[in-house]
Amino acid sequence: MPGKTLYEKLWESHVVVAPEGEPTLLYIDLHLVHEVTSPQAFDGLRLNHRGVRRPDLTLATADHNVPTEPLSTPISDPISKRQLEALDENCKEFGITVFPRGHENQGIVHVIGPELGVTQPGMTIVCGDSHTSTHGALGSLAFGIGTSEVEHVLATQTLPQQKAKTMSVSVEGTPPTDVSAKDIVLAIVGRLGTGGGAGYVIEYRGDAIRALSMEGRMTVCNMSIEAGARAGLVAVDETTIDYLRGRPGVPQGDEFDDAAARWRSFVSDDDAHFDLEITLDATELVPFVTWGTNPAQVVALDGVVPSPEDVHDSDERNTVQRALDYMDLTPGTPLRSIPVDVVFIGSCTNSRIEDLRAAASVVKGSRVSDGVRALVVPGSRRVKTQAESEGLDQVFLDAGFEWREPGCSMCLGMNPDILTPGQRCASTSNRNFEGRQGRGGRTHLVSPVVAAATAIKGRFASPEEVSA
Amino acid sequence: MKPVHVIEGRGVPLERSDVDTDQIIPSDWLKRVERTGFGRGLFSEWRDDTTFVLNQPQYAGASILLAGPRFGTGSSREHAVWALMDYGFEAVIAPSFGDIFRNNSSKQGLVTVQLSLKDVEDLNQLVKDDPSRLIVVDVERLSVEVPDADWHRAFVLDPMTRERLLGGWDDIGISLRREDAITRYEATSVAPSLVGVFDREGRAR
Repeated sequence: MPGKTLYEKLWESHVVVAPEGEPTLLYIDLHLVHEVTSPQAFDGLRLNHRGVRRPDLTLATADHNVPTEPLSTPISDPISKRQLEALDENCKEFGITVFPRGHENQGIVHVIGPELGVTQPGMTIVCGDSHTSTHGALGSLAFGIGTSEVEHVLATQTLPQQKAKTMSVSVEGTPPTDVSAKDIVLAIVGRLGTGGGAGYVIEYRGDAIRALSMEGRMTVCNMSIEAGARAGLVAVDETTIDYLRGRPGVPQGDEFDDAAARWRSFVSDDDAHFDLEITLDATELVPFVTWGTNPAQVVALDGVVPSPEDVHDSDERNTVQRALDYMDLTPGTPLRSIPVDVVFIGSCTNSRIEDLRAAASVVKGSRVSDGVRALVVPGSRRVKTQAESEGLDQVFLDAGFEWREPGCSMCLGMNPDILTPGQRCASTSNRNFEGRQGRGGRTHLVSPVVAAATAIKGRFASPEEVSA
Repeated sequence: MKPVHVIEGRGVPLERSDVDTDQIIPSDWLKRVERTGFGRGLFSEWRDDTTFVLNQPQYAGASILLAGPRFGTGSSREHAVWALMDYGFEAVIAPSFGDIFRNNSSKQGLVTVQLSLKDVEDLNQLVKDDPSRLIVVDVERLSVEVPDADWHRAFVLDPMTRERLLGGWDDIGISLRREDAITRYEATSVAPSLVGVFDREGRAR
């Protein structure tokens, strides 16, 4: 019998019941909740006189629409305010731990899970947010769900699921030093397309993935959904164990070693079979920028805006033309000559301490280009506090960046941090959809160091151009 | 959820590919705590454009959306389904769908029909030729028909989704019938409780 993939191990250890001809009922170990996709689910529970089965396996935080202005500033949008209040009230009513605005553990749900150590290997984790795939970096099966499913998990701590197909994406070799985790995942999404991962759970493998820090692996798993895959995974290794040691949610002392021994089994067996295997050569990777309106539309920072003429398929050619029109770009324009109005460093993709350190090392001693608005939004209060203890806030402020309170912010424009129509933004977030960062806004996805260099130069740029 | 057997209605050809859920319902609309009223936000970035297909009078009142490849990719927001249904759509026919969107649809009673690109293009043409044409989506027989053009195709739905649509079943009710099995699983499960991790104020102990 062939060995098992990591996904199969995670799946099999969480089967509650697998009735013939019906979806498998899967147990959920951790349910993360935020203010946007939960109010209607709590309403559904009340309507049907149902309770929350396991409030002790449920954790809530305010993130999507919290303002990132200083905490003393009142929330100006009454609808956001109402939604944040509803989260607090619902959690109180049902006995769920919640981190409201200003709380020491508050932050983007996919940042706080790992940093608090409540995301652990071998778990099943769900959240009403498609970037839940982030948590797969720790060897847990984590995926986004809709509000009906949020209600379902609240009521039953289970979900009816169909087993996914398995895909291995191997990134082999050592990437050039200017290539970050973000560039690796942009290359993968560019290769697979926005639908290439649909129906699959992706396991990221190979020495380039193994060499990434935990935070880099989170960046990669985070964008699995941009290739259409609901979940991304990285097998547990000593990097995983070392990351978790000492975090509040994990066992301490000898108990930690017992847990770690169990966690080490969450790897794919050597002879495991994947339904699809893809390999990328890490040595050929470069820093990437998206030029269009979906995350698969990537081009090298050294490259030029592509032309619809180069596309054979007519449907695809129209898509390219439409994206160019929306982005107001001319084919053949070098990326490095395109000016930006806004730079956003933040989001569940790239707002962790290593991201902020990397960006700060680029901007240190330089000034943001005239006319560019540059924001740094730490992923959580813990990240913000850590960054301030290292003096990173001062580096950003001295360079002319805004240093803001934690939240999802300009990644999806639900709080006041939005682009105005026509503004062009270099963003470390995950989606460059039309209007994502504000109506008429034009988003280019980049790594934290490219975002930092771009802020200084006022156009797309690499870190070497700043230090030169 | 109401049972769905046969949907008879007029179609509207969207003719755009890669319409993600941010396009279906922009994030502005996600701040509401209610479950209704999202129809006004459907495709709202495009609704100001008088030439947008939903603004064309011949398609007013259509209940079947003819969409392009990869409809509903992106964000998991179920509001996309609420918006389509609140606007009056009962079915979406497309060459392919975003996984999470399709799953969300099945839980609300919005029928998602996957046909080949060629078939969807044929349907677009039939509807453009005569917008008053009736399209019949039959969940029982798993067929799509345009009776006055003698056009019919079969489609595939997983059996569970089909039964749920036909019976109007609530997912939670179905799962709670397995409560004994859930309790048995929990007796062996190792999911770490958060009670020992955080105090009542949510501070790490």
